[in-house]
Amino acid sequence: MRATRGSVPASAWAYALLIVLGLAAPFLIYPVFAMNVLCLALFACAFNLLLGYAGLLSFGHAAFLGSAAYLTGLAVKVWGLPIEIGILAGTAVAALLGLLFGALAIRRSGIYFAMITLGFAQMVYFLVLQAPWTGGEDGLQGIPRSKLLGLFGLSGNLPMYYFVFALFLLGFWVIHRTIHSPFGQVLRAIRENEPRAVSLGYDVDRYKLLAFVISAGLSGLAGSMKALVFQSATLSDVHWHRSGQVVLMTLLGGMGTPLGPFVGALLVVALENYLASYGSWVTVITGGVFMACVLAFRRGIVGEILALVKRSF
Amino acid sequence: MIQVLSGQLLIGLINGSFYALLSLGLAIIFGLLNVVNFAHGAQYMLGAFAAWMALHYWGVGYWWALILAPLAVGLFGLVFERLCLRRLQRLDPLYGLLLTFGLALVLEGLFQNAYGISGNSYPVPAALEGGTNLGFMYLPRYRAWVVLVSMTVCFTSWFVIEKTRLGAYLRAGTENPALLQAFGVNVPLMFSLTYGYGVALAAFAGVMAAPIYQVTPLMGSGVIMVVFAVVVIGGMGSIVGSIVTGLGLGLVEGLTKFLYPPASDVVVFVVMAIVLLLRPAGLFGRQR
Repeated sequence: MRATRGSVPASAWAYALLIVLGLAAPFLIYPVFAMNVLCLALFACAFNLLLGYAGLLSFGHAAFLGSAAYLTGLAVKVWGLPIEIGILAGTAVAALLGLLFGALAIRRSGIYFAMITLGFAQMVYFLVLQAPWTGGEDGLQGIPRSKLLGLFGLSGNLPMYYFVFALFLLGFWVIHRTIHSPFGQVLRAIRENEPRAVSLGYDVDRYKLLAFVISAGLSGLAGSMKALVFQSATLSDVHWHRSGQVVLMTLLGGMGTPLGPFVGALLVVALENYLASYGSWVTVITGGVFMACVLAFRRGIVGEILALVKRSF
Repeated sequence: MIQVLSGQLLIGLINGSFYALLSLGLAIIFGLLNVVNFAHGAQYMLGAFAAWMALHYWGVGYWWALILAPLAVGLFGLVFERLCLRRLQRLDPLYGLLLTFGLALVLEGLFQNAYGISGNSYPVPAALEGGTNLGFMYLPRYRAWVVLVSMTVCFTSWFVIEKTRLGAYLRAGTENPALLQAFGVNVPLMFSLTYGYGVALAAFAGVMAAPIYQVTPLMGSGVIMVVFAVVVIGGMGSIVGSIVTGLGLGLVEGLTKFLYPPASDVVVFVVMAIVLLLRPAGLFGRQR
C-alpha cells in the first residue's frame, strides 16, 4: 500500500533510523562484531523469507552459507580472482545448490521438509570435510581482502565494514521487494492455505522453489561476506549448529516480521560473544533460549512488540 | 576378500539394528503425538551415559543398566512431555521439532561440559565376551547379541501395536484422538506413556551401543541425522517400514564401506535423494 502524498509511513522512519545507526555503528562498537552481526542478520533475513513468509522450515541453511564461504575463499585465495567475482561465485553456487535441494525437498511438506533439508546439509558437511581443497578440519585460512574493483583497499576494518553494510542493504532490499511483490503475496497465501492457493490456479511448487532459491542465494551472499570479513571459511559454517542458529535468530527476533531476524541476529551474536569463554555453556543456553521461545513467546521480540502496539492503538 | 565384505556387512547390520530401533521410536512418537522428536539422538546418548555412569560411580553392571537406564530416561521423557511438549499440542508440528531441538542442545551441552568431547569406553559384559569362528568370518558374540535383541524388541513392538488391544487404542489415537477420548480412554496419559516408551527405546539402544561405540556427548547427534534420512526414505506411516528401512540402510552403508569407503558417510543421503525423486512419499509411506 502506498502512503498518501506528503506523509511518510512509520516503517520508512524506522528504516531511515536503522540506516543512520548502521552508518555510525563502526564508531560506536567494534567493527568486526558489527560485520559479523550484519552477515548473520542477512542470513537470518534470507531464512525468514522462507520460514516467515512461505512457511517452509529449512533445517539445512548452513549448507548455503558454508558452501558460498568456501567457494569465495577458493576463488579469491587459490584462483586469485577479484573479490567481486568471488562473491558472485559464492552467491551463484549457493543459489544452484538451493535449486537442486529445493527441487527435491519441496516434494514433501511440513515436518519432512525440515528433515530432508537437514539431510542434504549433512551431506554437504561430509563432502566439505573430505574434499581435498577445503583444508579439512582447519578450513580455508588466510583469504585475502584484495582491492574492490581494483581501486578500493578493503584491508582496513572500516572500509570493509561499509562494503559489508552496502551488501547487506542490497540483500535486505531484495528481500523487501520480494515480500512486497505479488509474488510475496502468493507465498503468504500458500503459507496460510495451500489447497486454496492450488485451487486458485497457482503452481504452488514453482513459487516455493523460487522462494527457496532466492533464500539460498542470499544466504550464500551472507556466507561470501563472512568469508571475507573473517578471511576464513571453516567447518562451523556448514555444521548443523549453524542451521540451528539461524532458526533461533529468526524465532527469537520474530518470524514473519521484516526486522525480527536482524534483532535476533544481534542478540544471538552478542550472547555468543559474551559467553565465548564458557565453552559448552553456549550450547546449553542456546538450547534453553530455544525452548523458552517456543514455549513462552512464539511471536519473537519484534512480533510481541508489534502485537503490543497493535493492541494499544 | 569375502572376510572384509562380511565384516563390513556385519558392521552395517549392527548400525542398521540401531537405525531400526531409533526410527521405530521416532515413528511411534510421531504417529500418536505428531511430534518429530529431535531429542531422540540426545536421549540415545543419555541412555549410554546412564549405563556408563551407573557402572563408573555405583558399580551397577550391564544387565541392570539394560533395564534401569531406559526406565530412568523414559521417566525423564514422560515428565518432559507432561510439562513442555503438551503445551504445543494444538500448534503447528514445527514447534514440537524446535522444542525438542532445544532440548537436544541443552542435554548435549550439559554432558559436554561435564565430560568433554573425548570418548569413554564401556566394557563388553563378561557373559558376552569372545566370539565364534564361522569359517568365512569371525563373529563377536556381543554383536550377534545386539542384532538378536534389537530384532526381538522391534518385533515385539510391532506385535503389540498391530495385534493387541493396547495397540488398537494406540492406532485409534493416531487416527482420531478426540473420538478415542470420547470413548473414555485417557488419551493425555496415553500420549505421555507413548512418548516415554519411545524415549525409553532410544535409551535402550544407547545402552546396547555403549560397549560397541565410544560413549560421548555427541554420539547422538551424528546418528539422529541418519535416522531422519531413514525415516524420510521409509515413510513414518508404517512400523514394519521403519524397521526394514533401518536394517536395509545399515547394510547399504556397510556395502559402501567395502566398495568405496569415502562415500559411506553420505550414501544414506544420496539414497534419500533418489527415493525423493522416484517415490516422494517414501518406500512404505502413503502420499500426504
